[in-house]
Amino acid sequence: MASLGELERAVMDLLWAGHEAATANTLRDLLAQTTAAHGGAAGHEGKDLAVTTVLTVLSRLEKKGLVERERGMRPHRYQAVSSREDHTAELMHEVLGSAPDREAVLARFIGSVTESEAETLRKLLGHS
Amino acid sequence: MFWTSYFLAVLAIVLAWPVPILLSRAHWPARDPFTAMVLWQAIGLAGGLSMIGAMLVYGLEPVGDNLLAGLRALAGMVLFAAPTTALGFWHLFALSAAALLTAHLVFTLLLTYYKIERQRRRHRELLALLASPSDDGPGTVVINHDSPVAYCLPGGARSVTVLSDGLMAALEPAELRAVLIHENAHLTQRHHLLLWAFAAWRQALPWLPTTRLAQEAVNSLIEMLADDVALKTESKVTLIKAIAIVASGSAAPQGAAVVEPAGFSGAGLQLPDGAGGAGPASTTASRVSRLLSPQPPLAGGLRAAVLAGCALLLAMPTALLIVPGLLG
Repeated sequence: MASLGELERAVMDLLWAGHEAATANTLRDLLAQTTAAHGGAAGHEGKDLAVTTVLTVLSRLEKKGLVERERGMRPHRYQAVSSREDHTAELMHEVLGSAPDREAVLARFIGSVTESEAETLRKLLGHS
Repeated sequence: MFWTSYFLAVLAIVLAWPVPILLSRAHWPARDPFTAMVLWQAIGLAGGLSMIGAMLVYGLEPVGDNLLAGLRALAGMVLFAAPTTALGFWHLFALSAAALLTAHLVFTLLLTYYKIERQRRRHRELLALLASPSDDGPGTVVINHDSPVAYCLPGGARSVTVLSDGLMAALEPAELRAVLIHENAHLTQRHHLLLWAFAAWRQALPWLPTTRLAQEAVNSLIEMLADDVALKTESKVTLIKAIAIVASGSAAPQGAAVVEPAGFSGAGLQLPDGAGGAGPASTTASRVSRLLSPQPPLAGGLRAAVLAGCALLLAMPTALLIVPGLLG
């Protein structure tokens, strides 16, 4: 049995690649296919993957604000809230942005540099 | 008793205002970031202690010859309803202020911790879905992004160092190693605890401009400490090149950064004197300039004197508060 973390990742990859809403059943089948394609890699027994497990994973992702459910239709169809690129951009905005407490949250190799500093460093690179 | 509170108040004011300003303008911290870091911590701790101590001692003056006797008398009033007539308005005012300030500092420290942890957890969750593990060892992941970015996200056993595709493409293997060692040094030296404490200190007393100076100085010093670790394995040229490549590739977009006066002149790469107002931007400049024109570290004797001064700074208010009670 793959860990919930790995399954979350696999489900998000499918939703990001698919661009359209999918039911838990569809996702379960797709997960089984991917596993089969990888030669039934250790532990990841797609066949045994229960729909309830997929639903658990989806509800965890929903709680994290990464997937949303289409209301009113049964069975529920799930889709990614935003694209992989948007999430990466959000993450990088947090890293590169100038939020006041960012400095306490993570330590960047290089903090913000101004254009004039960058220019000077480029010149320095040219000389070395 | 009165002289104790008077002395503590003076100490609190000196540590809150002139001392941090002088230290933030000094040049020696770049030569010995470790000692400077210890000094900043001593200033913060002794400053907070003497601020609270001065008010406490003043407020308890009428009911005890020393702090311990005073606290015992106060406990009698609070718990056993002993008469409080000995305390005048200003004594009660000082005692309330001391209690409020203590509560405020502790509460802000905890709140800051909670906020930081929440942001880190969210960040880690997204990384788990977006980043892929790297070949550069456990705890290192790669994220798909063009700008050269490297950072570490502390979190005990789940600490993670993040590199971007752009960074991997821009750097030579040795430069990449220097970056990884630098980031790893932040984690092993537990710099996040310092960042937390000084972020909370600034959050708690935002009207005190020196808390901003302290936070900026600490941010800059931890980078120098991490650079020094990287220099043990990689050459100076490698590290400078890594810094220059990453910095020139990640210049702040127009309008995003605070407008800074030019951190250093084009040719000399020297910081102008008293660049006190410069923000995080000058961290990169001072890192590069200390690598380019290295200054000798502080002489052993001077270093010992500063460290002894730190110990004295902490011992003095503590002794003033506690010792009279023990002797009496």
